[in-house]
Amino acid sequence: MTRRRTTLGGHTYEFPTLVELMARATPARSGDVLAGCAAESAAERVAAQTVLADLPLATFLEEQVVGYDEDDVTRLVLDTHDRAAFAPVASLTVGEFRDRLLAWAAAGDEAAISGLAPGLTPEMVAAVSKLMRNADLVAVGRRTRVVTGLRSTLGLPGRLASRLQPNHPTDDPLGVTASIVDGLLQGCGDAVIGINPATDSPARTVALLELVDTVISRYEIPTQSCVLAHVTTTLRALELGAPVDLVFQSVAGTQPANRGFGVTLDLLAEARAGALALGRGTVGSNVTYFETGQGSALSADAHRGIEGRPVDQQTLEARAHAVARHFEPLLVNTVVGFIGPEYLYDGKQVLRAGLEDHFCGKLLGLPMGVDVCYTNHAEVDEDDMDALMLLLGAAGVTFLIAVPGADDVMLHYQSLAFSDVLTTRSVLGVRPAPEFEDWLARMDLLDDAGRVRELTADAPAVRALLAAAAS
Amino acid sequence: MSSALDQPLPPDGDPWAVLRRATRARVALGRAGDALPTSRELEFRVAHAAARDAVHQPLDPGVVRDLLPAHEVLEVHSAAPDRAIYLQRPDLGRRLAEGTSLPRADADLAVVIADGLSPRAVHEHAAGLTTALLERLSGWTVAPLVVAHQARVALGDAVGAALGVRAVVVLIGERPGLSSADSLGVYLTWDPRPGRADSERNCVSNVRPPHGLSYAQAADTVAALLSAARELGASGVALKDEGPALPAGAG
Repeated sequence: MTRRRTTLGGHTYEFPTLVELMARATPARSGDVLAGCAAESAAERVAAQTVLADLPLATFLEEQVVGYDEDDVTRLVLDTHDRAAFAPVASLTVGEFRDRLLAWAAAGDEAAISGLAPGLTPEMVAAVSKLMRNADLVAVGRRTRVVTGLRSTLGLPGRLASRLQPNHPTDDPLGVTASIVDGLLQGCGDAVIGINPATDSPARTVALLELVDTVISRYEIPTQSCVLAHVTTTLRALELGAPVDLVFQSVAGTQPANRGFGVTLDLLAEARAGALALGRGTVGSNVTYFETGQGSALSADAHRGIEGRPVDQQTLEARAHAVARHFEPLLVNTVVGFIGPEYLYDGKQVLRAGLEDHFCGKLLGLPMGVDVCYTNHAEVDEDDMDALMLLLGAAGVTFLIAVPGADDVMLHYQSLAFSDVLTTRSVLGVRPAPEFEDWLARMDLLDDAGRVRELTADAPAVRALLAAAAS
Repeated sequence: MSSALDQPLPPDGDPWAVLRRATRARVALGRAGDALPTSRELEFRVAHAAARDAVHQPLDPGVVRDLLPAHEVLEVHSAAPDRAIYLQRPDLGRRLAEGTSLPRADADLAVVIADGLSPRAVHEHAAGLTTALLERLSGWTVAPLVVAHQARVALGDAVGAALGVRAVVVLIGERPGLSSADSLGVYLTWDPRPGRADSERNCVSNVRPPHGLSYAQAADTVAALLSAARELGASGVALKDEGPALPAGAG
C-alpha cells in the first residue's frame, strides 16, 4: 500500500487508514468534532482532500471503512456490487471521478451518470462528494435521473413533488384531515401523504391508514399514503388487512445503528414483500420509504469502523442510502436539520449536508428527497431554509416535505410550509408529478398558466375538500 | 365527487374556520402570491424569536435565590465554557467543570436546577416546582439546592455523586418549540453516578402552567416516583414497570 500523505506549506500530513482519510477530508461539521474524527485544521482538511483526490476509486472495493465480517451493511454493499456498471469509471481516481461527473453533467449525459449506480459503493460517492463544492453537488445531482412510481410518477425532469406531512399531537382524525385538505389546496401531496404517528401502535396505524385511504379514494387522488410507524408495526397492520401503500423505516449506515432502530435487513425484506403482495400501485411498484440523516449512527454510539475508529457522519449517511437502495424505494429522504446542532451546527453546515445527502442518494440510485428543516437550538432560520430548498430545487430533488405553516405541532420542529413548495416550483419553473398535476387540473385548482390558484372558500373545489374536513 | 360538491358551506361566517377549529397546526393561512401573507409571516417570526431567546438567554441564579430565600443555593458549571460549545458538545454538558468541588451532604436527595435548552423555563417555573416538590418530601433530607450552568440532564449524576446523595432530581429547561418556549422537564435518578444510562431515569416533562402540567401535578408524580424508587432501590425502566402510572404526556 502506498503511504497516504502529502506535504503542504512545509508540513507533512499522513493518514494511516481510509477511515481517517475520509473523516479528515470532510467539510467541517459539529458531529465529526463530537465524534473526534474531524480535521484539526483547515490545512489538514485540504491535505486529506488532496490525498483523497489521488486515491483510485477501486480502492473502496479492496479496503473497507467498516469491516466486512462484522457489519451486514458492508456485506450488502460488496456482495451486490455490479462490476459491469462500475467499468466506465473503474480506472479513475476519486479526483478524476469528480471531473468526469462534472463533464457528463455539463454535456447533459444523464444516461452515463445514472447508469453507474449499481457499480458505486457508498464510500465512493461519499469520497467524491467531499471533493465537490456546493455548485458541483447541484450540477451533477440535477443530471442524475432516478424515476420511481406507485400511483404517481416521481423523479421526471422538470418535476418537483412534495410529501404532505399532516401530523397532529394526538393523531386526531379531524385535525389530520384539516392539514391534509390545507396541503392539497396548495398543490402538495404528490410524493406521499405521510403521517408521523404520535403513538406507534398497530391500532393507531391502521386507523390513520384507513383515514388517508378514504380521502385518497373519495377524491381519486393519484398519490399514496404512509404512516411512518416502526416496520414491525406496519407488519402487524399488514396482518390486520390495513391498506398499506408504503412500508416505512428509518435506517442508518451500520449494523449496530440499525439494531438500535430495531431493524434488520430480513425484517425490511419481509415487510416489503407484504406491501408488494397487495398490488396497490397503478403506475409502478415501488413500495418502500426510508428516512436517513447524518448523525444517526453517532447518536446511537454505533459510528465506529475498522479498528474501532470513528467514521465521519457523511460517509455513514451514504451507507444508510445503500441500505435503502436494496429495497427499491419509492421515496427516500434525509431529515437534514432535525437531529440538532451537535451534528450540524448552523445554516452553512445544514445547507452543505442537505446538498451532499441529495447528491449521494441520487448517485447511488435513490429517489432522493429532503426534509429541509431545523430545530430552535440550531443556528438556523427561515432564510437558511430558503437557500437550501431553492438549491435543492435546482439540483432536481425528487421531493420536499411540507407541513402547515412550516410548524410541525407534533414533532416540534420547523420544516417547509406548503407555500414554500409553491415558491420553489414557480421560481424554478418546475411542476408537480404529472398524474397529480392532472388531478389538480380536474379539481379546478390550477389557473390557465398551471399555477395553483389562490381560492376563496366558496370555490367548488374548496367546498368539496372542506366537506372532507367537516365530516 | 358531485355529492361532495353539493355539500352546503358551513353556517358560520368564515368557512376556513372548519380547518382552524380542527387543529392547532397553522392551517388556512392564506397566500401572498406563492408565499405567506405578511401578518402570518410575522406571527411565525414572533414564535421563533421567543424560542431563540429562550435558548440563548443566560441563566440568572439570582432569580432562583430570590424566589427560594429559605434555601442554601450552590452553583456549578459544566465543562462547556459557553453556549455555542454547550450546543455542539453535549458530552461536555454532562461533566462538571474541572476543579469543581462540592461539599458532602448528609442527605437523601439533591435537587439540581439546570438551564438546559431553556433558561427561561428555569426562571419561570423552577422555584414554583421546587417549592411544591419539597412540600411533598417531608420524610426526606435534602442537600443544598444546586444551580447548574450549561448543563445537560446527566450532569445531575456527577453532582449527586459528589454530594453523596441517594437520589437526584434534575429540573431542566426543555428544548423550546414554537408554541412552548418555557417548558420545564424533571428527571429522577436513583443512586446517581457518572455513566448512568437514560433508561435508568424517570422523566416528567412539559411542566408549564397554565398550558402544561401544574407544579402540583408534576410534584405529585415526582414524589410518588421517589418513594417507589426508594422502595425498589432503582429508577428508570424497572421503576416505570412497577411504580405508579405516569400521567398522560408525562413520559
